[in-house]
Amino acid sequence: MTRFTAAFGKPRTALVAFITAGDGDTAANLDALVAGGADVIELGMPFTDPMADGPAIQAANLRSLAKGTTTADIFAIATLFRARHPDTPLVLMGYANPMTIRGDDWFAAECAKAGVDGVICVDIPAEEDPELGPALRAAGLDLIRLATPTTDTARLPAVLSGAGGFLYYVSVAGITGQQQAAQASIDEAVVRLKAATDLPVAVGFGVRTPEQAAQIARVADGVVVGSAFIDIIAEHGDAAAPYVETFTRSLVDAIHGAKEIAA
Amino acid sequence: MTDLPNSLRTGPDERGHFGQFGGRYVAETLMPLILDLERHYRAAQADPAFKAEFDYLLKHYVGRPSPLWFAERLTEHLGGAKIYLKREDLNHTGAHKINNCIGQILLAKRMGKTKIIAETGAGQHGVATATVAALFGLPCTIFMGAVDVARQQPNVFRMKLLGAEVVAVESGAKTLKDAMNEALRHWVANVHDTFYIIGTVAGPHPYPELVRDFQSVIGDEAREQILEAEGRLPDMLIAPVGGGSNAIGLFHPFLDDADVEIVGVEAAGEGLDGKHAASLAGGRPGILHGNKTYLLQDEDGQITEAHSISAGLDYPGIGPEHSWLHEIGRVRYEPVTDAEALASFQKLTKLEGIIPALESAHAIAAAERIAPTLGPDKIIIVNCSGRGDKDIFTVADALGVEL
Ligand SMILES: Cc1ncc(COP(=O)(O)O)c(C=O)c1O
Repeated sequence: MTRFTAAFGKPRTALVAFITAGDGDTAANLDALVAGGADVIELGMPFTDPMADGPAIQAANLRSLAKGTTTADIFAIATLFRARHPDTPLVLMGYANPMTIRGDDWFAAECAKAGVDGVICVDIPAEEDPELGPALRAAGLDLIRLATPTTDTARLPAVLSGAGGFLYYVSVAGITGQQQAAQASIDEAVVRLKAATDLPVAVGFGVRTPEQAAQIARVADGVVVGSAFIDIIAEHGDAAAPYVETFTRSLVDAIHGAKEIAA
Repeated sequence: MTDLPNSLRTGPDERGHFGQFGGRYVAETLMPLILDLERHYRAAQADPAFKAEFDYLLKHYVGRPSPLWFAERLTEHLGGAKIYLKREDLNHTGAHKINNCIGQILLAKRMGKTKIIAETGAGQHGVATATVAALFGLPCTIFMGAVDVARQQPNVFRMKLLGAEVVAVESGAKTLKDAMNEALRHWVANVHDTFYIIGTVAGPHPYPELVRDFQSVIGDEAREQILEAEGRLPDMLIAPVGGGSNAIGLFHPFLDDADVEIVGVEAAGEGLDGKHAASLAGGRPGILHGNKTYLLQDEDGQITEAHSISAGLDYPGIGPEHSWLHEIGRVRYEPVTDAEALASFQKLTKLEGIIPALESAHAIAAAERIAPTLGPDKIIIVNCSGRGDKDIFTVADALGVEL
């Protein structure tokens, strides 16, 4: 059993939480996410040109880079996280260039060494899988793929081929941190995706409140929340951890309640 | 040794790769659209009506063919090879950029898209895009870094007169690469009705291919014109390279003519030891804006800022086909500094009565360096990619002249 299957095998929908590495006190915020009940953690690798991100996560990337965060720092954060939290799945999420610049094998080996479970690369679609996919799979890591409202049924098998961990459904055609998709379109998409794969399906983009999370939790295996955490860190800086923990707990409570109602 | 194909003109492969470069490194949201664009482009290529409309507009709207001008006084002054200028500066809107915009807006129309977006640095591509959008009556949004908006006010006003909305991009370093990021962000959220007219031979496949094809009219004409003027092919081609669209447009029809030497000119800014925009001379392969190519970046793969006096060359990447032509050695890429370009800007203006764009002045500077080393029986074609009226403020500023 992998950390992913354990995290998504719980009786309730999983909370997948995203924060940007090096923005604020990352170690403390990661601990707060785990303490608050987050089931899976996505750690963003900052990039100068985050093309798929909205203003909040763009700013987090720039804050982190302005503090001098390096790739080595990110692997150090991951390694220490793994030592403190042996069971929580950790995903690195980011863009192709920082991931591939020293070679795909190097990146995969560093991820494995640091105890990272999976990788999401925003700008390597299935068509460019050879860039990173084979190296990650050979190192025992899951490559987590994204499906979007523009991913039609004909294309879905290509997206799922070589995918692992969970399937991340980006519920809006757009960038992070913007409006939320209509719940009906999410419900429909999750049904369609679950018919096509045994992987757990997590839904994200535009999820900011416990109420929204609860709505999605009725149908999905996971709910991804990112920009809302980033906003808390932007507001409270290095002292954000207690606020992160409180917000995490509010999300988890709402998600928990949702499955009980559904059951 | 790389195994070279029989022809260097067959790329990219079906996955959009030129050797290891190019490709489709985009978010999943865009991938279906990129595939759709490729299907429509293939259909357009096979449709004589598409080519006929493109040719008609280039002739009657853009004013093609552009002349191939024998620069006799410059040639005499340099005392070496004969220099011909391909006069893209005489096109409507004053640069080669319009060739590509005509082709892409025809594609947009074919695809039933009703809104146009584009990125721009200096504003040349923005003006060309706003122009074709006006011609076709389509609403148009131009993304431009806030820093560039401030330093290119005349072009901003031109775009607005043409009916475009100009969005000043405040993210990142607020220059061309950030404008491209923002255009991609907008596109991801509006894929259903919006066509993105990319301004150079970069971005995800099939953009580098289709922009090259639309710009190849430059080289096709030059080939015919030099055969008529001299009865033979040139010995050398020289063109400035930002993303590389004017250069590949001139080069591509000559790639298989082994006796034609080809030189691309990168902006060396303050010099290769200082701030510059020479991606091949000072960068490494990486992935940005949908393609794998040479990029200015640090050891962690963070993109670094480019610098050139010429806003159109001020980009930390280069089109993937150029990266490939560089690696296989078919094209030689040489750096030219701000100072050299400034000197050539003035020299060409005085000797030929042609004010070149600062981008084009980089190619003139390379020609000045090379021509005297070649005999008078040799022939060089230099791409005068645009006119310099847009640059007079920058040049005045650099020369310490107050306007
Ligand atoms: C006159 C002119 N030449 C050259 C360039 C550089 O672009 P490319 O390398 O795509 O031709 C520009 C870009 O704005 C331009 O305006």
